[in-house]
Amino acid sequence: MLNLGAINASILTLVTFLPAIGALVLAVFPRKVIAERWFALGISLVNFIFSLHLLRSDIPTQLSTATVFQFEIDIPWITSPNIHYHLGVDGISVWLVILTTFLVPLSILVSWHSVSHRVKEFYVLILLLETAMIGVFLALDMFLFYVFWEATLIPMALLIGIWGHERRIYASVKFFLYTAIASVFMLGAIIWLYSHFHTFDFATIKQALQTNPSEISWMASFWLFLGFFIAFAVKVPLWPLHTWLPDAHVEAPTAGSVLLAGVLLKMGTYGLLRFNVGLFPDQARFNGPWIMTLAIVGVIYGALVAMVQPNLKKLIAYSSVSHLGFVVLGIFSLTTFGMDGAVFQMLNHGVSTGALFMLAGMLYERRHTYEIKNYGGLATPMPLYATFFLVITLSSIGLPLLNGFVGEFLILAGAFQAKALWGALAATGVIWSACYMLWMYQRVFYGAVTDDHNAHLPDIDARERLALWPTVIAALIMGLAPWWWLARIDSGVLKLLPTLKTITQVIGR
Amino acid sequence: MNPITNTDYVTILPELVLAAFGLIVMLVEPFVTKGGSRKPLGYLACLGALASLAATWYQAGSPYTQGFFKMVLVDHFSVFFHVVIALVLFVALLGSLDYVERQHIRAGEFYALMLFGAVGMDLMSSATELVLIFIALEISSISTYILAGMRRRVAISAEASLKYFLLGSFATGFFLYGVSLMFGATGTTSILAIGPQLHAGGFNPLVFAAVALMFVGLGFKIASAPFHVWTPDVYEGAPAPVVAFMSTAPKAAAFAVLLRVLFAAWTPGWFWPVWISAALSMTLGNIGALRQTNIKRMLAYSSIAHAGYLLVAFAASKAADTAGISAAIFYTAAYAAMNVGAFLVISHLAGEGERFVAIDDYAGLSRRQPAVAASLALLLLSLIGIPATGGFFAKFYVFSAALQANLVGLTILGLINSGIAAYYYLRVIVVMYMREHPAEHEHGHGAERITIPEGVALTLSVLATLYLGIMPNRVLQLAIEAAKDLLR
Repeated sequence: MLNLGAINASILTLVTFLPAIGALVLAVFPRKVIAERWFALGISLVNFIFSLHLLRSDIPTQLSTATVFQFEIDIPWITSPNIHYHLGVDGISVWLVILTTFLVPLSILVSWHSVSHRVKEFYVLILLLETAMIGVFLALDMFLFYVFWEATLIPMALLIGIWGHERRIYASVKFFLYTAIASVFMLGAIIWLYSHFHTFDFATIKQALQTNPSEISWMASFWLFLGFFIAFAVKVPLWPLHTWLPDAHVEAPTAGSVLLAGVLLKMGTYGLLRFNVGLFPDQARFNGPWIMTLAIVGVIYGALVAMVQPNLKKLIAYSSVSHLGFVVLGIFSLTTFGMDGAVFQMLNHGVSTGALFMLAGMLYERRHTYEIKNYGGLATPMPLYATFFLVITLSSIGLPLLNGFVGEFLILAGAFQAKALWGALAATGVIWSACYMLWMYQRVFYGAVTDDHNAHLPDIDARERLALWPTVIAALIMGLAPWWWLARIDSGVLKLLPTLKTITQVIGR
Repeated sequence: MNPITNTDYVTILPELVLAAFGLIVMLVEPFVTKGGSRKPLGYLACLGALASLAATWYQAGSPYTQGFFKMVLVDHFSVFFHVVIALVLFVALLGSLDYVERQHIRAGEFYALMLFGAVGMDLMSSATELVLIFIALEISSISTYILAGMRRRVAISAEASLKYFLLGSFATGFFLYGVSLMFGATGTTSILAIGPQLHAGGFNPLVFAAVALMFVGLGFKIASAPFHVWTPDVYEGAPAPVVAFMSTAPKAAAFAVLLRVLFAAWTPGWFWPVWISAALSMTLGNIGALRQTNIKRMLAYSSIAHAGYLLVAFAASKAADTAGISAAIFYTAAYAAMNVGAFLVISHLAGEGERFVAIDDYAGLSRRQPAVAASLALLLLSLIGIPATGGFFAKFYVFSAALQANLVGLTILGLINSGIAAYYYLRVIVVMYMREHPAEHEHGHGAERITIPEGVALTLSVLATLYLGIMPNRVLQLAIEAAKDLLR
């Protein structure tokens, strides 16, 4: 029998560092000894299975237990400054970790043939990136969080810069500089908190701020809030800080786009939720109006710009700006509906936009172009592909019974509760998203085949189906049985803001 | 007067060992067969570096021993710097074994001068008497002047040597003038006696002039603005392994002297000169580096900027608190680890006659020599200050000390500068990883594999950088001990 206690104590470390160990092994052994694709796929699948163990935790489905974080591990790492290796998982991060471990094997599958040079380095970087991303979601020591946060930067910049398309170097450097410079502000805020509280521990600082809000002056907490906010807003990206995103997405290889949209952007919204709202609820309330205004501008602006994009990948990138605007809106509505919906929408966006980028990549492998005008009538040669694409498109639009609907509905409900005008304005975003997605779908798939090159495109093969099925199934289950997800999310969100009611109390179930 | 005892000799044991090995190298050289490999001399010199490390280890057993009529002091502070200098020397020597052969440099003089230079640097960190410090400074400087001109057939090397020599002598002149004024003001040249004298006597304008003049002299040695103009030219012309050595070890020693002069004696009037110099060095260094196309010049400007970050820690030092001083000490160690490695990579890739020192020559390096490219990338990331590298904690300690000392303006300036700096370091990584190898270089350049000594040296430097970035505890503790001994 396996010793469950030992597993529980080390599961977070295992899930975080297994990919890094895999990367190390892959880097050291020569190419002939290891089939790098199979090895990377194996490691990431094993990690996915391990990460499912996190669901066996006692993450409360109701607000009853006192502790929030499960599977905690807390070891002193550096004594001066007082830094701990402190990991833990709660109802918010558990899903984001699983989203990460879910998307990594898929992104390896879609890179199977499209990455043909420097194959080994590619998978080493993907695995390193996985470790860093999971670390961001699990770290409970702010310093450790910052280390993982910065660590995601380098593999992603290299993925874009080495395996990207024509303007890859420009996109890679832009991505790196935007994020690195913005996170300096977060580092400043973290150091300030340390010099005040003499600890980097998230829970301790939160406790101190909660029990004695006058511990730090209003002005100080305003600047701290802003410091964190800038770092996260660039990552999300919130309008008008989004300009790096279309470049990075268009130039990135498929796997890079999938992980960038699927996981890296969520690090920003996760940070907003965990740090900005979690540590400074009063500031979140005070600054909420202008942040929500920016979010709504982002929703509408992203949708309108997406509509006129001639390039498929750029269209999906701008749709991300729009969808992430929704998430930020939900977070700063500071209502149970809004925040639960925001977390749920993060997962949705990860699944559906991740799948959209995979689909776009498959098309690119066949025709080496992302221009929508080069396609048309693809439903005839590629019926199966068209079906998958349709399901994901509908999920992205937010059709009821698919996942997108649940998230958008909850966010809009939260926004209406906060202020009816915000809800009304944001609701137009749903309409816009239907416009640009369906119009794009129509131009690519319906009608007669306009270009002879497209007449005999092969439909998707078994490997590609294998990569797409999980996303479709996930979209369906999340749409049909959102409660399963929301129960855990709810417990995490409630711990952020003690004044909130549980979703059960709100809907009176 | 007391006779000189064995204890006295123990206080300068590492210096004695290095000097002895330097002499042995010169004596042995004629016996190495003509036209044969000169590497045995290099290995002998490496042995010398290790022996001095062992001697330092022996000294560390009885810290805080004074010797030679209280002119030399062995404490945690001097031991720390001795170890840094010995390790840098060892790594730089390992890295120059093949370089010396490739560039047809006279091996005997080269290795001997490296060792003699280290004698001066060691002595700088343990001397507590201003005239002895001056002598040590000259020993170290004169060795490095000659080393800078070691590529005898290359004009820019001679230019580097001459420029370094002229400006350097001028700077040591300033230092000496400062020493004499200090003697005039306090009647003593012993650092440990100056402090009480200053506190006993009242305000004396001479002391301010003395401190300012000494700061000018040492500011030149650490390449801080506005005394930095020599740096790019000298680094460009001097042999790459020599730059690896002289951008770290003499600098560490000069910082040690500066720490002793400013803080052990707690002289007045240093704050604003240091503040201004820190701000100028960071800004001018980073802006200068932005436009460089030669990697040696780029790293020269970067070293100016790093001197600026280090001076921030000086400005943050307070009498009762070791935070600023220990941050400065830690920074010298971290900077030595990463910079030595970066210059060793340059020296490995430079090729005969140092033809390949443009940043563009690094295009496609990640494919030709993945391990070397990865090492350089890591060292550059450490120079940027990315977490999990030594450079990060070095900066972290400096800026948190500065915040504790309420130097908010200087901290913000430093953080902005770190952001700017990311750009030019990153450019090298971009070129290595994302640019393709130019076709005309397909044969010849970059094909030669890294040799075992070079590999060992580079590995040591990378491991040290990682060690300082992942487990900085031990070294930081030693730096705090050193700072405590300094203030004792």
